[in-house]
Amino acid sequence: MSSRNKLFLAGILTAGMLSAPALAFDFGRPATPDEIKLWDIDVSPDGKGLPDGSGTAAQGKQIFADNCAVCHGDNGQGGIKDRLAGGQGTLASNMPVKTVGSFWPYATTLYDYIHRAMPYPTPGSLSAGETYAVTAYILSLNGIVPADGKVDKASLPKIRMPNRDGFIPEPEFDPAKLFRKK
Amino acid sequence: MTSKTQIESLQRAVPVSRRGFIGGLSVGILGAAAAEAAGTESLGDVPDRGPGADLGAHSERSRFVKLDRIPEATPGKRNVEPSDAINSKTPHQKLVGNITPTDLHYERSHSGVPDIDPAQHRLLIHGLVEKPLVFSVEDLKRMPSVTRVVFIECTGNGWENWKKADPDLTVQNTHGLVSTNEWTGVPLRFLIDLVAKDKGSNWMLAEGGDGAGVDRSIPLTEEIVNEAFVAYGQNGEPLRPAHGFPMRLVMPGFEGNLNIKWLRRLKFGTAPWMTRWETARYTQLLANGKARQFQLRMETNSVITQPSGMMQIQPGYNRISGLAWSGHGKIAKVEISTDGARTWKQAQLSLPVLSKAQVRFQMDWVWDGKPTRIVSRSTDEQGNVQPDRQSFIAAMGTNALFHYNAQQTWSIDEAGRVRNVLA
Ligand code: HEC
Repeated sequence: MSSRNKLFLAGILTAGMLSAPALAFDFGRPATPDEIKLWDIDVSPDGKGLPDGSGTAAQGKQIFADNCAVCHGDNGQGGIKDRLAGGQGTLASNMPVKTVGSFWPYATTLYDYIHRAMPYPTPGSLSAGETYAVTAYILSLNGIVPADGKVDKASLPKIRMPNRDGFIPEPEFDPAKLFRKK
Repeated sequence: MTSKTQIESLQRAVPVSRRGFIGGLSVGILGAAAAEAAGTESLGDVPDRGPGADLGAHSERSRFVKLDRIPEATPGKRNVEPSDAINSKTPHQKLVGNITPTDLHYERSHSGVPDIDPAQHRLLIHGLVEKPLVFSVEDLKRMPSVTRVVFIECTGNGWENWKKADPDLTVQNTHGLVSTNEWTGVPLRFLIDLVAKDKGSNWMLAEGGDGAGVDRSIPLTEEIVNEAFVAYGQNGEPLRPAHGFPMRLVMPGFEGNLNIKWLRRLKFGTAPWMTRWETARYTQLLANGKARQFQLRMETNSVITQPSGMMQIQPGYNRISGLAWSGHGKIAKVEISTDGARTWKQAQLSLPVLSKAQVRFQMDWVWDGKPTRIVSRSTDEQGNVQPDRQSFIAAMGTNALFHYNAQQTWSIDEAGRVRNVLA
């Protein structure tokens, strides 16, 4: 540790202040815009973060059969892992079936999740177009886009999922109210 | 010499003389038990002393001690193949004190445990900041640090008992998804200042470097900015891989899933991202089909760990012991009922009681040999009381899957067998 940092630490410990902007670059290094792009994969409900490209449910059917059906079953049901279709109308029953179609509030989350985490053995291995295509296919299995439907960064945020209004935010952390008072 | 019949008559005498137990009779019973032991064994039987094994680079548990987590899948799917497990549970029935041994800390991982070379790991902090920065593990270790003992609890803890109570469950099965360790790392506030976060940003995305890239939106409340930290140390050593090596977020009092492991990205924004883990998962489905979302804080909770499911006790003196914790702060008191929640007595807490950490409680008890039910109930410093099962289910229904904190009841039959029951 440099003596400058030692002085810095002594300073923050006595003053109880954890910031000293002048010394900020003593820790870490600046991130370049290009490298941020490599990691900045999150997609928001308003579509921010969705890449260019598009895919159709028809294309997605084959991609799903090749990459996903082994775990999720043909048509997203009856596989050894999570069921991806059906269950609409069951949420208030004694045996609720939570799937993309019955439970997920945002279609953008589906793109985000498939891109970051699926296919399970090789996450991120599908191209943007392929990810749009399987997204469209899973939505079509749930009757949310037509069997010949197509999705892209403009259309995906506009899809209204069946359970969009199915969530009650906890009052303490309600995004619509938190941080609004000041 | 004390015969078996003498012991039995003493035990039968217990119910009658119960009132005097702590004052006088305890000595009688314990004395009698010791006398019996003295009759059947001798100090001469204890193996001779002698030079032991060579000193090693690190110490292992005694070969006489067997402590294991249990890898499990969804409720009811127990003792599964490791490749099918989604979590691994802490053996609370075999542990003492407040701190969970590092290798027995519970684990929930969404895509296995990545094998990360710390020299190649990086943390990117960006979004609504003036200076997006990249940090290495060594960078973090050079910064001012905090060390704090906290519990981390999977929101699925207790999920075996939503709909029914399988009688053959141990407390490891019912409550093995909570543990308490000491964590060391860099205050979130320090990192926020380094990147000069935009004042208008009140939400932070935290993302892991595992295959699933688990990510959660975190509201930057004062409490969270003051208390959260990026940890690289666990019980005095670098994090174990299962717990996020080389760095993880620690969010005292909040859902286990928010304590993002293998942390590789913090991004500042203005609204939650609605990730899969805060929509499809970790939301609580109510009886009316609507789901509670952003129920981020872990509730006031407790469980009796000794005696607990699948143990067998003897009439006479028994010490009841367990763990209590709350995401709201310190535990103020724990009460125990040994008559099925009709009457309650205050248990002793092992001091010091720490905020958002598990605390051990205990109480002396003389069991009269009649079937009964034992249950604990905790109250935290904010006045939150752990609910009984009936009022809890009335509020949450039986489909919520996560955030179960109802009182845990163990039944005891005439043979002393302790079993999991609903209430
Ligand atoms: C090797 C098995 C496997 C393969 C192949 C696989 N998945 Fe998955 N998938 C899983 C597992 C396991 C989970 C649950 C992970 C968890 O709970 O964290 C999952 C979860 C999901 C979910 C979330 C379900 C929910 O309701 O939360 C979606 C959507 C999904 N997978 C889509 C896909 C798509 C699309 C593909 C192909 C591109 C694919 N998966 C390939 C194993 C697999």
